[in-house]
Amino acid sequence: MSDSDDLDAFIAAGTRLLGLTIKPEWREAIRLHLAISLGHARAVAEFPLPDESDPAPVFSA
Amino acid sequence: MSFETAAELAAAVAAGRQSASDIVATTLDRIAHDDKRLNAFTTVTAERARARAAAIDAAVASGKPAGPLAGVPFAIKNLIDIAGLPTLAGSRINRDHPPAAADAKLVARLEAAGAILVGALNMGEYAYDFTGENSHYGPSRNPHDTARMTGGSSGGAGGAVGGGLVPLALGSDTNGSIRVPSSFCGIFGLKPTYGRLTRAGSFPFVSSLDHLGPLTRSVRDLALAYDAMQGPDPRDPVYAGRPAEPVTDLLGLETAGLRVAAAGGYFRAGASAEALSALDTVSAALGAVREIEIPEAARARAAAYVITTAEGAALHLDRLRERPDDFDPDVRDRLIAGALVPGSAVVQAQKFRRWYQSAVLRLFDEVDAILAPATPCVAPLIGQKTFMLDGKEMPVRANIGIYTQPISFIGLPVVAVPVPPAKGLPIGVQIIAAPWREDVALRLASDLEARGIVRAPLPPG
Repeated sequence: MSDSDDLDAFIAAGTRLLGLTIKPEWREAIRLHLAISLGHARAVAEFPLPDESDPAPVFSA
Repeated sequence: MSFETAAELAAAVAAGRQSASDIVATTLDRIAHDDKRLNAFTTVTAERARARAAAIDAAVASGKPAGPLAGVPFAIKNLIDIAGLPTLAGSRINRDHPPAAADAKLVARLEAAGAILVGALNMGEYAYDFTGENSHYGPSRNPHDTARMTGGSSGGAGGAVGGGLVPLALGSDTNGSIRVPSSFCGIFGLKPTYGRLTRAGSFPFVSSLDHLGPLTRSVRDLALAYDAMQGPDPRDPVYAGRPAEPVTDLLGLETAGLRVAAAGGYFRAGASAEALSALDTVSAALGAVREIEIPEAARARAAAYVITTAEGAALHLDRLRERPDDFDPDVRDRLIAGALVPGSAVVQAQKFRRWYQSAVLRLFDEVDAILAPATPCVAPLIGQKTFMLDGKEMPVRANIGIYTQPISFIGLPVVAVPVPPAKGLPIGVQIIAAPWREDVALRLASDLEARGIVRAPLPPG
């Protein structure tokens, strides 16, 4: 399967599981935006951070 | 009344040279005439404005002290509450919301300083936008060339202030939505430190990154509005508890001792000749001979992007399920994609945010302010879908904010200053300061303005 096929399968399954109904003509734009977002997520994930690092938002009790 | 600043109008009202009622009448006439061209307003609160003006005139006549913004007309991005109206946030869906019970806190504070609300402003739907386009209400149009974008998402704010309809607007900035329209429309914008101004009474987009702030045609007006809006508000949990730190009286202070550097690397890589020229002009004027590298800026932008799309999708998930056809298609498709981004990516982005903040704050041991382009280019045409960025064709909507996102990601205060070209369209430069040092960015902006390096002239025609 190509990346595009994987994305289409992910979009179909993910939207179904989230209860989102999408029309076929929306798919190309959703695929484009998801590919960009996952690319950004990959870039962030590649940056090494220690296990102990805390996320930015800190909840105060 | 022509293209006066808020400070000039307030001074005239306080001195009895001009009545608030006359200013409001002129403003409403101008909106009725010019907004056909600019499409900046979605609601005009004429009756309310006339009543408020009459009250201010009565107060001035009876010798009561006029506020620092007495008689100054202002308008607000339509994601900010106005009592009695539904808060649209650029959407069709929110028209069905009940009317807001009260004005947003910042609106109340501006009015307490004497300003007069004249309406609500067009914006990109749910603020997920850098263009100012909107499929429901039509695009905001750039006062310098109405075929071009205002930038967004505070598009109506850019058009209304740049086009001279009002001297002051209130916008929001999650990834650049004050600074981008300021750049494209050739005006001044202030994005304060994250947590400085309360956001209570505004429709959210990405709570992790949302800010509110003013857009004006002078630095003094930014400072006057900002000072009027500071103060505590327990209704916004992100409000940082910082005491009010007024800046207006600091604007004239000497800036020679301030250390200023220009951002290099990422912040020059995709910039057009116009953006680089504006940056170099401001750098030369402020003696910013040193170039500084903001570490991992591209990754910071990527992390802001991930947090934005996922938080935005979470906010709108029910609406995406129930009324997907009622969204602006450009926004809907991005939000649906955002709903599919794994949670692990968002958590990692928030962890990276903390690392990046520590790394960038260290730079402020060496400098007091950093300069960077506000946008990679001048305003694109309305409807334009792609542009060239660093030699590659890229989508416009997602990429106009490449230089603003890495800065708001860690909440640094920024003043966007307009550099008018000899001919052609304006473009802005970001003056970025350390957290809570809005005063530094505003003093540098004021110095540049006093020397005529940056200014917001009336568009031709």
